[in-house]
Amino acid sequence: MAGDVEVSLGVMDEQESRRANAAESPRPRRRAVLVAGAALLVIARPAAATPQALREAVAAFTGGATPRPGRVRLEIAELVENGNAVPVTVSVQSPMTAADHVRRIALFTERNPEPGVAVFHLSPRNGRARIATRMRLATSQQVLALAETSDGSFWQASVDVIVTLAACVES
Amino acid sequence: MSDAAATPVRALVTLPREVKRGEPFEVRLLVAHPMETGHRADAQGQRVPRDIVRRIECRLDGDLVFAADLHPAIAANPYVAFPLVVQGEGTLVVAWTGDRGFDHRTSVVVKPL
Repeated sequence: MAGDVEVSLGVMDEQESRRANAAESPRPRRRAVLVAGAALLVIARPAAATPQALREAVAAFTGGATPRPGRVRLEIAELVENGNAVPVTVSVQSPMTAADHVRRIALFTERNPEPGVAVFHLSPRNGRARIATRMRLATSQQVLALAETSDGSFWQASVDVIVTLAACVES
Repeated sequence: MSDAAATPVRALVTLPREVKRGEPFEVRLLVAHPMETGHRADAQGQRVPRDIVRRIECRLDGDLVFAADLHPAIAANPYVAFPLVVQGEGTLVVAWTGDRGFDHRTSVVVKPL
């Protein structure tokens, strides 16, 4: 804290600094916190996957096919306090028979360091198309769930999630 | 890695108390693992190398019934749940494999009513 105050003193005039030393007025301290906070933000911001990287990852999963909205249900909290372990459930409407079933379910993120989260492989032996896991969210962003059905079509759902404490920045 | 081999792996495969023949039930998998992303820096500013569980495979009497490919965005101590249908008694073998030679297997007997 002492170091932080010194930083802010550098940008104060003499009168202000005297006041700060004498009365410990809240203003320079607030400024010091702001300076320290800004520095932290610059250091701690992780490299993020761009929407372009997300598009490429989705295209790699679908083999270039465009997923259609529908059939997939993505359950994830829209407001998350801790991005280190966010519960997520994906279910897909499917009879899960040999003729009509879900082959794969995939999760992607828009702004994590890597767009891919996981791919789950299913078959009629699962009886139901529903998976659950816990994921990391580096920042507020869109989470995307995709499903591939046995007829080769792709379906998707997305949720915008706000994260107040991000993952991946603690050391 | 010798340290990975020396440390006993803690893993859980949880089934419902009652499993019914021909009816889907949920299998829950949990394994103790840091899932080090490879994107973090240590106190000296050095990048911590990636160390994650990359694949989970579940076999029922030898047949692959579920698999998952994991990326660093899966939280530490990876938890995965999936549905399963059985027609009779069988053995479910779960294999977790990953970086630094991580390889752990747990098997459970599924006994439907």
